[in-house]
Amino acid sequence: MKLKQLEGLLGGLDQFSQPKVELEQYPTGAHIASRMIYTAENSYEDISGKIVADFGCGCGTLGIASALLGAEHVLGIDVDPESLEIAGENVTDLELDVDFLRCDIRTLNLKGLLVDTIVMNPPFGTRKKGADMDFLSLSLKVASRAVYSLHKTSTREHIKRTALRDYNAKSAEVLCELRFDVPQMYKFHKKKEVDIAVDLWRFVP
Amino acid sequence: MRLLTHNMLSCNIKGVTNGFPLKLEADKWVTKEVDLNADFLRGVFPKIEWPALVAAARALDYGDLPEQADGSMLTSEDFLRRFHHALLELHVEEGALVCPETGRKFPISKGIPNMLLHEDEV
Repeated sequence: MKLKQLEGLLGGLDQFSQPKVELEQYPTGAHIASRMIYTAENSYEDISGKIVADFGCGCGTLGIASALLGAEHVLGIDVDPESLEIAGENVTDLELDVDFLRCDIRTLNLKGLLVDTIVMNPPFGTRKKGADMDFLSLSLKVASRAVYSLHKTSTREHIKRTALRDYNAKSAEVLCELRFDVPQMYKFHKKKEVDIAVDLWRFVP
Repeated sequence: MRLLTHNMLSCNIKGVTNGFPLKLEADKWVTKEVDLNADFLRGVFPKIEWPALVAAARALDYGDLPEQADGSMLTSEDFLRRFHHALLELHVEEGALVCPETGRKFPISKGIPNMLLHEDEV
């Protein structure tokens, strides 16, 4: 599947109807999501034929992108039932097979070495401090091949240091810097739209 | 929920040491055919908890998996087909996952298990 086609399909997905600010629910736009998963597959072969988990899947964008690029099995995990309902509808609309699990990432207990790759757009930790690091720490314990994640560029040095020194990552690489379009979604958003600089990371556990 | 997912899930209640495998109680399930990928099956086989898969498949009235399995069976197309079917083609829609140690039930609704813990379980 070509990148443009993938981006088109992801652009048609339903997103959060009533986003919850305390969970930092922001849709991963089709532009970023398509490039993220396309790179994971084309540069690293981390998607096709693999078992992929989407941590904090929301409405399922990254997991769905993985399924579209040939992941053998996809599991999306989120704490919010409304998002999971939308995610389920998105999957049905595209006639894909994606499993979902309602669970808090902090209490998740996935046994074994079954998950190859984790893809995620975790909370940045603006609401619940340290949420981004919780997601990163857990993902490095679960994935056996690679973790793809988005974090604010302003946290780059902290992320790299923590991943390598504290979470025992073999490598932590910024694949590219992207602009995350955040539309005016919440009452506290003053501007119509804002660009946040985010890094696309690839970690090897 | 596919049985491949079931094979990964363990009870996450604080203090539980024997939370795997979760017992599967299924009220509704469906079969969805999907292409068999032999390379994938051969690669995933060593990571699968076989008895848990057999028990879960039986809960879905699928009794065609051998009680015990080893790597030499992976050359058999017949075995691969049964393994593939149990692992990837059976989808639980409604039911529950039961913790073997505490008996706590995690409901499965519309194919999605709810493993969100109560405050006193964390």
